[in-house]
Amino acid sequence: MIKSELARKMYKSETDWGEVQRQVTLSWGQAGSIAYRNVTMRLGRALITAAGVVLGIAFLTSVWTANVAQEGIMEYEATSATAVAAEEAALAPGAEEAEAEERARAARQAWLVIMSLLVSAVGITNSMLMSVTERFREIGTMKCLGALDEFIVRLFLIESAVLGLLGSLLGALVGHGIMMLVYMIRQAGVAAMMDWGQMLIYLAIALAIGTVLSLVAAVPPAVRAARMPPAAALATEI
Amino acid sequence: MARIECPECGHTEETTGLVTVCPECSTDLRNVMEEVGHRRGRMREIAHDDSMTTHEFIVRTKDLHKIYIMGEVEVPALRGVEINIRRGEYLSIMGPSGSGKSTLFNMVGGLDKPTKGTCFIEEVDMAQLDAFELAWLRCRKIGYIFQTFNLIPVMTALENVTLPMIFAGMSSDEMMDRGALLLDLVGLGDRLHHKPFELSGGQQQRVAVARALANNPAIVLADEPTGNLDLQTGKEIIDLLKELNEESGVTIISATHDLKMIDVSDRVVHIRDGEVERVENRADLDLDVGTLGSDEKPELDEGE
Repeated sequence: MIKSELARKMYKSETDWGEVQRQVTLSWGQAGSIAYRNVTMRLGRALITAAGVVLGIAFLTSVWTANVAQEGIMEYEATSATAVAAEEAALAPGAEEAEAEERARAARQAWLVIMSLLVSAVGITNSMLMSVTERFREIGTMKCLGALDEFIVRLFLIESAVLGLLGSLLGALVGHGIMMLVYMIRQAGVAAMMDWGQMLIYLAIALAIGTVLSLVAAVPPAVRAARMPPAAALATEI
Repeated sequence: MARIECPECGHTEETTGLVTVCPECSTDLRNVMEEVGHRRGRMREIAHDDSMTTHEFIVRTKDLHKIYIMGEVEVPALRGVEINIRRGEYLSIMGPSGSGKSTLFNMVGGLDKPTKGTCFIEEVDMAQLDAFELAWLRCRKIGYIFQTFNLIPVMTALENVTLPMIFAGMSSDEMMDRGALLLDLVGLGDRLHHKPFELSGGQQQRVAVARALANNPAIVLADEPTGNLDLQTGKEIIDLLKELNEESGVTIISATHDLKMIDVSDRVVHIRDGEVERVENRADLDLDVGTLGSDEKPELDEGE
């Protein structure tokens, strides 16, 4: 079975350790390629992990898009009405009621934003946490093969950053897109009424939140797993 | 980095521990390095050619204790184990499940820290090593084989075998050549690009053997390497390990309760309840094996 000639050839150098000049290494490039493989090979799993991010960020951006669109419409209506009409409206007995309604609406919107932030935080944390936990054995194995703790962290850092960024991007597009559709149907020409500067800021914040949350959720468990003695990581049963 | 002075010619040298002889007069500087607390110096001692024959025992444990805390209860897994493992020997650690053999395996392999006592590898106390040195040791000096193979599922056979070489800083071309050669060596030359799930259990374990040999280790540690394999495949893996042991002089330490292992072991350490029950030498074993019959004998598990 074993080719003895070959074996002899392979092992001639066993005592050659004195020449080895390097300690253990893992370049960012190699870490990147391993992380890339991890994502593409486990595409299904990666998509589920990313789905947590996508959904959370989609919810958040949809709420923000709705806010911006709503404000745009209201401003448009306010400016298109004549000043006289506005004064008349202000003098009308219903003005105070309208103001109270406006305040209630703002409160409702704030509540929605907070809720969507919470939902995305929980969703992202959960999916990232799971994706690390289910790979404890792999982490233990890598450590047996000579990986330093920081190699493991590096792999998960790259992976979660990529998944977080792509997931948030997709989520932002989906959430924004769907809300825009809804408002376009409700009010023709809504895009022209919106404050796009504000919208872009919201989108950027949503991207940042998605990516940062992914990192925050994935890296601490990865650090913990990397610090475990390999024996403990290997013994983990999922 | 440390500045050390050669006691013979007075030459001073900044060293990271990789140079162990004086560049001027070739005096051995390892003692000096040890004095200035240069642990890398001691690591190099492991690595140094002539020290390969200096110590009789490649692994030595002294009064090794390990206590696991299970909730409120302390469970002693090892209770004062002392074993000396010679360079180039094929040693089996036998014992029933829960006897502590896997725990001992973990201690010897630097995968876990003992509660009390010390484990020396090439006379270096493993507890004294920092994370870098331990990783270096695991990467280059010890190869691991597990019962459950523990291949990285997303990587091909070749990628699995070359992973430790990446950590060792080998160049990409060299890595591929060597990985292919190693897989050929274990009889999987035509399965380089198969994923673990496309391979049978025996084939996966062979990939694991090839991976264990990636950086020419001095020791191969095998934890129940045949535990998840059928009789015939298990025997093939054992034969493969034995052949490697004979051909390359690599020390093989195997935790097992597979009696087939007895046939090939130079020595068998029997562990029971966290203590060494007895150590059998090859000469005594041949007699035992004779009474048990040849290859066709049924697999006997001690006290599962």
